[in-house]
Amino acid sequence: MRRYVARQLVQFVVVIVGISMLAFAILHVIGDPVLLLLPQNAGKAEYERYHKLLGLDKPLYVQYAKFASRALQGDFGKSWYTDTPAFRLVLQRMPPTIYLTLAGLVMALLIALPLGILAALKRHSFVDNLCTMIAVAGQAMPIFWLGIMLIIIFAVRLKALPASGYGTWQHFLMPAFTLGAFLAPLTMRLVRSGVIEIMNMEYIKTARAKGLSERMVVIKHAFRNACIPVITVLGLQFGQLLGGAIVTETVFAWPGVATLAVESIRNQDFPVVQCAVVLLALIIVSINFLVDMIVGLIDPRIRVGA
Amino acid sequence: MKAVAAGGNAALKGVGAHDGARGFDARRASLSRLWRLKWGLAAAALLLLIVASAALAPWLAPYDPLAVDIQHRLVPPVWMDGGTPKHPLGTDQIGRDLLARMLYGGRVSLIVGVTAVLISATIGVLTGLAAGYFGPRVDWLIMALVNVMLSFPFVLLALAVIAVLGPSLLNMIIVLAVADWPLYVRVIRAETLAICERDFVTAGRALGMSHARIVFRQIFPNLVSVIVVIATLQVARVIILESFLSFLGQGVQPPTPAWGNMLGEGRVYMLNSWWIAAFPGLAIFVTTLAINLMGNGLRDWLDPHMKL
Repeated sequence: MRRYVARQLVQFVVVIVGISMLAFAILHVIGDPVLLLLPQNAGKAEYERYHKLLGLDKPLYVQYAKFASRALQGDFGKSWYTDTPAFRLVLQRMPPTIYLTLAGLVMALLIALPLGILAALKRHSFVDNLCTMIAVAGQAMPIFWLGIMLIIIFAVRLKALPASGYGTWQHFLMPAFTLGAFLAPLTMRLVRSGVIEIMNMEYIKTARAKGLSERMVVIKHAFRNACIPVITVLGLQFGQLLGGAIVTETVFAWPGVATLAVESIRNQDFPVVQCAVVLLALIIVSINFLVDMIVGLIDPRIRVGA
Repeated sequence: MKAVAAGGNAALKGVGAHDGARGFDARRASLSRLWRLKWGLAAAALLLLIVASAALAPWLAPYDPLAVDIQHRLVPPVWMDGGTPKHPLGTDQIGRDLLARMLYGGRVSLIVGVTAVLISATIGVLTGLAAGYFGPRVDWLIMALVNVMLSFPFVLLALAVIAVLGPSLLNMIIVLAVADWPLYVRVIRAETLAICERDFVTAGRALGMSHARIVFRQIFPNLVSVIVVIATLQVARVIILESFLSFLGQGVQPPTPAWGNMLGEGRVYMLNSWWIAAFPGLAIFVTTLAINLMGNGLRDWLDPHMKL
């Protein structure tokens, strides 16, 4: 176990360094911060002055080292737009994003678990085919369009739910469903194939031979073991889920990190964009790391084999 | 998306029979495979129709997609009150014909989707081959890079890069291609590692073949079907992402019609004129659905046991 943890930890650090490099490169290698900051009619002298002021005359690795050491202390510079620290701006917007992601995850599980188990137990039946069809359609659905259609139906036509915003539990329903619909198809397929595989195992036969009821067999023996692959893949899909949350936020004007990032991109406010990208990626990597740890703990084959 | 081949319902009822996950009931399995292929074929036909209508847009479209007609703005589709057969799908906020814009809009999505996938597949396959073939050091370096790329929220990365480069069709293709390639690497690398263990590769080495020859003449041909399937499914993903970027105003710029920016513009009018946002979205949905079904069909046809 110790070797496994060490190896995962090394990878964790490497990925975080890589993320900081990429976030740095987006602004400093692909683009030129001075050109983005100054008005288009600025003269050469102005350009030179700002170039020096921002420390851009130094070699790239010096600039990166400065960026990285500040970022480690939570200093991503000040927002070019509002002149407040970017880190604080992003942190303020973090809770709504986290709540939305969790709500989406719960919604996805609420849809995927029952349907996946049902499809597995009634394999090749009408229900199974229907579930497969829903999953295929769900995977092709652009979720920003799904969100807009939900708004048109439930907010504009039926006036049953608020079209956008944040606050009460009603505000959560449509965004959570939109995000859940994004993750549910994949989860459902995983649950289905996991349960099918496990229902063929010897210990299920043993459980049946002991005379346990079919319900107990499914719930206690099959479902629990089917959870391992589901947890792993859900953990790895967390980046996808956050990506989906970004899309969902922009559709529902949800006051999270993603809307902040999109606003900042429109305002060319790069310190905030950098900070948002780094923090979101950091969350994803940490969750992947945790999932690897949990799975390694549950299933000894993984930590030995990897 | 693991292709679980049909195995009868022994799993449910069977107390004694060991199902073995596939090949238990061969007749039923081949029937269900044929049934799935039928879906794939139908999807391919639908996709052909979509591609043809986009390609023939100048001849099919009843109007110029950019022609403004303020007098007939926000005309609903033909089946609603106030709709006219002149504008079967209605018009938008400045009276442009929606059907014409939909037909032209498809061109952008399809061109961006296919081009970006061709580029990203090339990068991804070459890197994946390198990671699998050239030993643990190269492998470690490439996989570290891939893990970094996969940890980024794909959407946010694309948005940030476009914000720096500026929105244009070419920039969007580049961004989508660059953001998309790591997905290929994982699969190609794993397959390459497995193939490298096979005897014919060892034989090739013993015969003194060059690395390039082994990689491209011995390993690569074994990967073609996997690549074709991933690339097909990836076109759908890229189209959705392109339309999202355009939806946010960071992709294809108006007045050029693209399904994404039509959806974004239509969002403002959804209170009274839902059709402006609804149809472009429906077009994206149907196209990606057809591509996904075709991709699944391709997978079943080429190799039903492919683990994708």
